Amino acid sequence: MSSIASQGIQTVKASSKPPVLPRLLKFIGLIILDSFVVWLSLKLFSFGYYPLVAVFVIIAIFVNVVLLRKEAYPLRWMVVGLVLMAMFTIYPIFFTVWVSFTNYGESHLITKKQAVDQILNYKYLPQAGKAYTWTAFKTPEGDYALWLIDANGIGYLAKVGVPPTQPVPGEASIGELDKNGIPKTIAGYERLNPIQAATDNNLTNLLFGDPGKTIQVRSPSEAAELLPLYVYDLAKDAMTNQETGMVYTNLRGIFTSSSGEQIRPGFVATIGLSNFKNFFISPALRGPLVEVTTWNFAFAILSLLLNFSLGLAIAILYNDRYFPYKKLIRTLLIIPYTVPALITILIWRGMLNPEIGVVNRILDSSIGLSPEWYTNQWWAKFAILLVNLWLSYPYFMLICSGALQSIPPDIYEAAIVDGARPWQQFRRITLPLLLVAVGPLLIASFVFNFNNFNLIYLFNAGGPPIPNTPTPAGYTDILISYVYNLAFSGSRGVDYGFAAAITIIIFVIVGVITLFQFRYTRMWEEVSENV
Amino acid sequence: MSSMSKIDRLRSSASVQRKVGIGLRLIVAVFLIIFSIFPILWVISASLNSTGTLATQTLIPAKPSLDNYRTLLTTNEFPFWTWFWNSIKIAGITSVLSLAITTIAAYAFSRFRFRGRQTMLKGIMLINVFPALLALVATFLMISQIGDVLPFIGLDNHTSLILVYLGSAMGINIWLMKGFLDTIPREIDESAMVEGATHTQIFTKLILPLLRPILIVIAIINYIGTYGEFVMARVLLRSNEHYTLMVGLQIFTGAQFAQRWGVFAAGALIGALPIMIIYLLLQDQIVGGLTQGAVKG
Repeated sequence: MSSIASQGIQTVKASSKPPVLPRLLKFIGLIILDSFVVWLSLKLFSFGYYPLVAVFVIIAIFVNVVLLRKEAYPLRWMVVGLVLMAMFTIYPIFFTVWVSFTNYGESHLITKKQAVDQILNYKYLPQAGKAYTWTAFKTPEGDYALWLIDANGIGYLAKVGVPPTQPVPGEASIGELDKNGIPKTIAGYERLNPIQAATDNNLTNLLFGDPGKTIQVRSPSEAAELLPLYVYDLAKDAMTNQETGMVYTNLRGIFTSSSGEQIRPGFVATIGLSNFKNFFISPALRGPLVEVTTWNFAFAILSLLLNFSLGLAIAILYNDRYFPYKKLIRTLLIIPYTVPALITILIWRGMLNPEIGVVNRILDSSIGLSPEWYTNQWWAKFAILLVNLWLSYPYFMLICSGALQSIPPDIYEAAIVDGARPWQQFRRITLPLLLVAVGPLLIASFVFNFNNFNLIYLFNAGGPPIPNTPTPAGYTDILISYVYNLAFSGSRGVDYGFAAAITIIIFVIVGVITLFQFRYTRMWEEVSENV
Repeated sequence: MSSMSKIDRLRSSASVQRKVGIGLRLIVAVFLIIFSIFPILWVISASLNSTGTLATQTLIPAKPSLDNYRTLLTTNEFPFWTWFWNSIKIAGITSVLSLAITTIAAYAFSRFRFRGRQTMLKGIMLINVFPALLALVATFLMISQIGDVLPFIGLDNHTSLILVYLGSAMGINIWLMKGFLDTIPREIDESAMVEGATHTQIFTKLILPLLRPILIVIAIINYIGTYGEFVMARVLLRSNEHYTLMVGLQIFTGAQFAQRWGVFAAGALIGALPIMIIYLLLQDQIVGGLTQGAVKG
């Protein structure tokens, strides 16, 4: 069948000549796209974002090949999707792997190129060398200008932020020169006498001219051009301070002298397996990490058991075609599932408020119990499991009742004839058949809960906090919310590198579980049946 | 004669048992329903409570009024309607574009035979095993780097958020959609091809109309997922008027939550209502989609 179809495709293609206009439009489109990518790559290159440049270039080549080569015709149908997937799904994965081997984070935020450029812009005021004599002018608003005269007697006008100019007296608001070659007036400015100038504290701090040629007042009589403070030695990967002669070598992403002095800013540098080593052996981190990992597994397993059990129980209880109000009951019971999770989590947060929330008011007045949902770690864990139960049981109820209906009723009839009790029927027939059907969904749900960031973060942000930890962590934090704190909370400085390393570790855990799922349920073969 | 009455008695005792069973199960159902809808009732009541704080609320409000909704409409303190509109806009654009990408690509996977087809299909599934949430830090850094050159796809921008969402369009939905396409007999395409139709014509004129019901379901599941998405939006959006409703509500709860509980409840209800209505109206179709393997995210 398929061979006939492909023959059909070929004959149709051979007989129809591609029209000229669409081809022309395609070429013009590609030329525009390619020139855009070249421009973008050059720009990104100048920032030192080399991995991003590589991604854009590879994607552009791919798009060109797909649109120009005839045998890539099927790929044209998915080129947009593939490009977006490459950029926003695949690249971040590789980027995460790379970041996990670096010290990307507080004080190592920019690329090496950016850092070197920035450091090479640092200037110092040489105590000797080429100098100017100067006269200061000031506007009523407090803006300053300097009239500079160099060794050859040539006059310059320097203002803050713009390159010095060499104006002709009598033109462009510059008045006549006096006998020393200094303009008597500059329109809008008042000339300061030497005593005014010497006592003006602002003047010595100002940098005149633009970064290409910066001039600063050095003494009451002299102003001088600033010189670059550092010179970069590419071969030695080191900076030399021109003022002191001190050499700073690149030490794990920051130029450091032999005495330990550092030049800010630092930059991203690869540091090998340090992040992973920290995860496994750093004694300071071990306490909170063991705590967080244990709770992560406990939370995912308990959530799965509780939510699945309740969902299954409800499904079995009402798995009866003639049950009265069945449809109404189902509709009311899936309501928790229909509200966006974020909204319900926040609602529960309000309801469980220990002082004034409704749950504690009811509990307090009926049995005199007033749990501290947010400050006691065990109550907090219980609350999270409860909220998750409320959020997720409808899902399990729905998939279980779907699966129950697919179990043929004659199996039960045969079992009853053989004298099986209801519990035996459930244990030997319902559960095994059901698990075959919903097993993959259970594992997917375990993986989902293992990384259920929304619940933890929105309900209590991982609190209550574990005391005396080197990085912020709470008793209900799971790994992914701990990672989020590391990367974005910023209270003790962000550490993207360490966050990425933990991400990789989570991925390995999730990957092993998923692989196990594929093996165990043979979902792979099932899925590929239709390929 | 006596044996007949014995059977009758057995029958009637079975029907009594059944009635008792149904009665017990109905009682259990009442408790379950209370557990399931209490928070929603509580929020409805909170939104109608005119004093508007957490402490003064009772299940049946003493003085019901629409004050909280009025505050929501008129307040300048936080742009609720902008957030709401942002969410609707972003979810709408994302679900339509993502559906287009998925459908067109799935058509190619279903109808063309080309080298690397199986590898690509399996690759797509493997890549999606990596939870998007885990690449959060990398996505953030990447968007901020691109934003240095192209500010309109940088941080605090709806375009970049939508693009990031679209990055997962080539995901598990490709498998779903390809499955549905495979059920449409290829004879339909072939007969059209004999009459000289191109693939584009077959796709738009023949296949799309046949797919319409499933397209609507997938679009709605996409829409609901994007509407409720929080983390990526929280990380990528920075300014108050660019927030989505979910981010806005979360930030709103950060400050004086207990005092402004009533206004929050009104906002939460308005935000949840569109999704609840869609769910309850289309529960059968969505349940069908769920059991195909889509986990609520």
